[in-house]
Amino acid sequence: MTDISHFGAAVLYALFASVVLGICFKSTTREMIRYSLSSFGMFVGGLILAGWAMWLLRH
Amino acid sequence: MANSSKAEAVSPLPNSMSIIAPAVGWLVPGAGHLVQKRYMRGVLLMGSIVSMYMIGIAMQGHVYTPNGGDLLDILSFLGDACAGGLYIISRALDWNPGLITRATADYGSKFIVVAGLLNFISAVDAYHIAIGKKQ
Repeated sequence: MTDISHFGAAVLYALFASVVLGICFKSTTREMIRYSLSSFGMFVGGLILAGWAMWLLRH
Repeated sequence: MANSSKAEAVSPLPNSMSIIAPAVGWLVPGAGHLVQKRYMRGVLLMGSIVSMYMIGIAMQGHVYTPNGGDLLDILSFLGDACAGGLYIISRALDWNPGLITRATADYGSKFIVVAGLLNFISAVDAYHIAIGKKQ
């Protein structure tokens, strides 16, 4: 677990944060699931976009 | 009669659960929901927050102590302290890493801070359930 990569750590972060945000910010179960999935997607999507942006800056 | 009902509508008296739920929720992540019989939410919150905190510790993240130095250090301490019981245990057992040997140790510190902040959000949510603002 301590040898986790940066990407793996960021995905775990997105997973846990999405679960908590979904439960706390929405009222019904359906809304919670949808909010959790969408926020997880946005976390990971933003992560990939930021990674490519840094790659472009580097090259 | 009309005045008393109006007064209740404006400032409802806090019930005991509105104090107990956020306090217990702060001390034990997810417990604020568990004591209000929101078992699935409580278990998910507890699993997420405790896992995040423990992964941060395993990544050799820094557990901040009260300090009067750098602003970011002060804010990080406040974030850590929001983890409640987890923070108390980690301070009591001295889980701070001595020599950092992992490249992801800084991520670990952020995991610990964010776990504390998520725990705070969870405790506020438990309060909202207790006062009837949320189901």
